[in-house]
Amino acid sequence: MTPRYLPYLLILPVTLFLGLFFLYPFVLVAMQAFDGGGRFSLENFQEVVDYWKFPISLRNTLLLAAAVVPVQLALALLMATMVTRMQKGRDLVLYIWTIPLGISDLAAGIIWLAIFEQSGFLNSMMSGLGLIDRPMNLLSYQNLGLAFLAIALAEIWRATAIMLVILVAGIGLIPKEYYEAAEVFGASPWQRFIRITLPLLRPSLQTALILRVILAFEVFAVVAALGGTLFPVLMSQTYAYQFELLNGGAAAAVALIILAISIAATLVILRVLRVPKGATI
Amino acid sequence: MSYQTKIAGAVSGLALLVSAVAAHADVLFWSTQAKPVEEAQAMRTQVLAGFAGGVDYQPNDGGPWLTRLNAELQAGSGAIGVLGGLHGDFSAMNPADLVDLSSLGVSSASATFNDLSKLGTGEMQYVPWMQATYIMAANRKALEHLPAGADLNALSYDQLIEWAANVHKAVGEPKFGFPAGPQGLKHRFFQGYLYPSFTDGVVRTFASDAAVTGWEKFRELWAHTNPASTNFSFMQEQLLSGDAWIVFDHTARLAQAFNERPDDFVAFPAPAGPAGRGFMPVLAGIAIPRTAPDMDAAKALVAHMLKPETQIATLRATNFFPVVDVALPNDLPPAVKASGAAIAKMSGAPDANPGLLPAGLGDKGGDFNRVFVDSFERIVLGGQDIRTVLNDQKKTLSRIMTESGAPCWAPDAPSAGPCPVE
Repeated sequence: MTPRYLPYLLILPVTLFLGLFFLYPFVLVAMQAFDGGGRFSLENFQEVVDYWKFPISLRNTLLLAAAVVPVQLALALLMATMVTRMQKGRDLVLYIWTIPLGISDLAAGIIWLAIFEQSGFLNSMMSGLGLIDRPMNLLSYQNLGLAFLAIALAEIWRATAIMLVILVAGIGLIPKEYYEAAEVFGASPWQRFIRITLPLLRPSLQTALILRVILAFEVFAVVAALGGTLFPVLMSQTYAYQFELLNGGAAAAVALIILAISIAATLVILRVLRVPKGATI
Repeated sequence: MSYQTKIAGAVSGLALLVSAVAAHADVLFWSTQAKPVEEAQAMRTQVLAGFAGGVDYQPNDGGPWLTRLNAELQAGSGAIGVLGGLHGDFSAMNPADLVDLSSLGVSSASATFNDLSKLGTGEMQYVPWMQATYIMAANRKALEHLPAGADLNALSYDQLIEWAANVHKAVGEPKFGFPAGPQGLKHRFFQGYLYPSFTDGVVRTFASDAAVTGWEKFRELWAHTNPASTNFSFMQEQLLSGDAWIVFDHTARLAQAFNERPDDFVAFPAPAGPAGRGFMPVLAGIAIPRTAPDMDAAKALVAHMLKPETQIATLRATNFFPVVDVALPNDLPPAVKASGAAIAKMSGAPDANPGLLPAGLGDKGGDFNRVFVDSFERIVLGGQDIRTVLNDQKKTLSRIMTESGAPCWAPDAPSAGPCPVE
């Protein structure tokens, strides 16, 4: 066994695993999406796009991602910078901030439903403080804006930790000498952040953004728990096609549409946050 | 004992244990019913414990239920012995995948149910297991606002709307509750209650002028409905929390309210429209897939479920009523007594107009339901013009009926071919 083949042999088990449980089902789903009675056809896509809820769910998915991801990016950067500055209690703070990662999406949705519903904590608190005299209906179809806000809040709470852990690891890789040199040259904390942290964090930012954006397009459980059918998103359409309408082809078609959007977004992020060849980090 | 004897003893003991376990393998009862934990436990400890041979009761959501069943059918062999599901679950299947059960000698007391269980073939594909229906329930606090001259057990839709409006004005908040949530059974309300009561039909009269009137009346009722209804799926929660005072829902989804505070709530029949008092019975059945490992044990279990004692135990566990003639004992839970009385009044009412479960739609059942849900979302939530929406949805409905070839069912007049949408 020459050293040349050793790396390939070592990653062979993982490759086989990925191939069997990832690539093969993906190929089957793609075939199912393009299948119209045994031959290649686009009728599943036609059916899915013609449904009156499709533009609404596409718009909702993109809107939610556009509203949530930048806020989470800013929050995660702030939290990561804070954590790296701490000496005592750093582990405890990091642990608390990543608790939402350990619970399921649906559990997070149900927690926030218990806060926002008519007999929930927010209403009890507001009426206890005397701000309102009867419980408000925050999650109703009459104020979709409020429902959107509630969903965005729940998503921000739940998924910021995904970006946080990647950015904390990335900041840890930046050599301290750069900061010390910058301090010697009189750079303010903000300048240090803009000129040192952000550029050197580029690879981590790329990873974190791509991961978060892909997951944002797949949002489902939180929306279902908080909004029910008020706020259709692409993933809830996939679920409805597969399990309520028993239409596997249409469900596969929506899944491929989500994949296409995710690929497009990933390519954009890869391009914008690319590290030029030859640049030394 | 020598070392070898010890080993021999251990191996033979293990072999005996394994064969014993294999010989007493439980029948896997793969069901979509009795999903809440308390109901599933009650099924295991009270209903199925008396079956000789043991039963492994596994309730599931519809998706996983179907996925595993289809996998076993495709593979040609499996572990599922007995299937439990609603009529809609079975009518979406290929009848050839279910074992014919007419020769078993067990059936329900209702000819309509036995007919439904044939799924369009000549033999019973499933045995009717238990039944339920949708009723209305109200908080006693709402009763003082009933319109003058209204009989709670014989309301009309106009009286119901007036009642909801009175409560709205008195309390300052809309207090009618409707299960319009994602898991709510709103489509059954439209198919089995609104349409039969106003149009005396479901498919034929989908886009008729009477249907437009029906939707207009429902819009009036919606003005007094708690807007958070779009997130309500189990109205017992809203009854108990006070978010809704007058509700419509499945008997099993109202049971908790009656059992926890029986003196605070009252059950009554659904209202009547110009074409009668429409209502829809829900039918659950048990079937045997063709891939069942132990056919005799499965058939024995099916027969066991239809015995009067088992039917009464099932009623206590799930709040679903028996399908065979049984004398109900006196010590039933408050929910059963309350809903049983309401059901009897509803089905025995002089103007009762039963709307049957959709039959013969095959795997288009979900699309059929979606027509009514979409109509609701566009007309009531979206405020779109009723006539335009109905004409638009009529095309989808026609396509579904012609593709599935399903003939008309009550209260529509029978048809020769696929049910037409007039």
